[in-house]
Amino acid sequence: MTTALMHRYANPARFLRIATVVLPWAAVAAGLLTAAGLYLSLFASPPDYQQGDTVRIMYIHVPAAWMSMFIYTSMAVAAAVGLVWKHPLADLYAKAAAPIGAGFTAVCLITGSLWGAPMWGTWWVWDARLTSVLILFFLYLGYMALVNAFDDPERGVKAGNVLLLVGIVNVPIIKFSVDWWNTLHQPASVVRMGGPTIDGSMLVPLLVMALAFKAYYIATVLLRIKSEIIQRKIQTLRLTQGDSGAVESGA
Amino acid sequence: MAQFLAMGGYAAFVWPAYGVAAVVLVALVAATLRGLREREATLKALEGMRPARRRSRRAEAPDLPPAQAKVSEG
Amino acid sequence: MTRKKRRLYMLLLALLGLGTATALTLTAFQDNLVFFFSPSDLQTKGEQVKDRSFRLGGLVEDGSVRKLPDGVTVEFRVTDTQHTVGVSYRGQLPDLFREGQGVVAEGKLRPDGVFVAREVLAKHDENYMPPEVTDALKRAGQYKPADTRASAQ
Repeated sequence: MTTALMHRYANPARFLRIATVVLPWAAVAAGLLTAAGLYLSLFASPPDYQQGDTVRIMYIHVPAAWMSMFIYTSMAVAAAVGLVWKHPLADLYAKAAAPIGAGFTAVCLITGSLWGAPMWGTWWVWDARLTSVLILFFLYLGYMALVNAFDDPERGVKAGNVLLLVGIVNVPIIKFSVDWWNTLHQPASVVRMGGPTIDGSMLVPLLVMALAFKAYYIATVLLRIKSEIIQRKIQTLRLTQGDSGAVESGA
Repeated sequence: MAQFLAMGGYAAFVWPAYGVAAVVLVALVAATLRGLREREATLKALEGMRPARRRSRRAEAPDLPPAQAKVSEG
Repeated sequence: MTRKKRRLYMLLLALLGLGTATALTLTAFQDNLVFFFSPSDLQTKGEQVKDRSFRLGGLVEDGSVRKLPDGVTVEFRVTDTQHTVGVSYRGQLPDLFREGQGVVAEGKLRPDGVFVAREVLAKHDENYMPPEVTDALKRAGQYKPADTRASAQ
């Protein structure tokens, strides 16, 4: 019993040690990459021959979209690991990542509308791409609501894991929506057969912003996992303290 | 400078896009840090109570900060 | 086998089942999920959309845009290089609307075969270039104003 408890806390302790080392680097990288990315996106890149300066919205919209899909996929992987291997950190990861994923998806949707209004002539259409990304947003929100709906956090997390795995089909749908169906949203410009169809002067700001968002994500999710670990400790302490007066070191 | 701000006539779309991204991402980090600090404080307080003392059942944790009630979020 | 292995296989099986169910569902709904019809689609599916509002997509045929004397109505032709449909529209056209460019219009087919549009949206392709590059391409005679994929959809 004590070995199981120890095993439970050994991993988080090791994680915290790693996190303490990685966190400052990720934060600094995020800051520098964001500064460089903003400079490139707003100053040191040309307008598009067709879309003019609205193309600068792409430097926010596309990296946000990439992050929204990446984060959800990583959460689904964590859910699988949690269900199959029962690794304690896996569940914490998904809980920590969810709000960040939801945030990026919201940014993707809103910046998409701001881009579509002047270029397409509409703020929204129910084509396959936009609809599936909206579904992704609802999956994030649904996950967060589901996990918090249970009194027993373990059951909440398990229910959430199932939702994550069911919703994973949506990610390839998002990616291939513009190929499988005729949509208003244009086809892929970067990740496609035959290479990117973006001029180098625009590809660079895009990739720098994508890296900036990645670094930001790493820093933020590490902070959130740390927060979850502490919350678990609090819950454990409360439980053991509630039972008796004398409490041994349980962490 | 005015030309830069005007974004080729699309200022009303480009600047809010960058603005929304900034607000969301900054708010997320801020909320995370706030939650982390609150929880660290709570943990410290809880651990500080551990030196064994007989406590009556009903005195749950009278000297913990009121931020207690919100530990489940953030 | 170990419990862990069994859980893994159950998970993979469930995912496979889910994927198959989704694929089948989407295939079954293919027609209903269509966002727009091309002019060629209208040849085959014209009956389906009689009297119904739907979306027509394709390229704006070069040289087909005309503003009518009433000052409000615009007429143009939408093509997918195989077939062409005439469109009539009263209202503001989006910034990106131009000949040779992708377009998606929502409206109804008039008995005389003209598509009366309620809404016209511009569809752009996946190419992003600075003006200098398009100028250079034009000078080299290599410039293709619109991606023909828009019509192939």
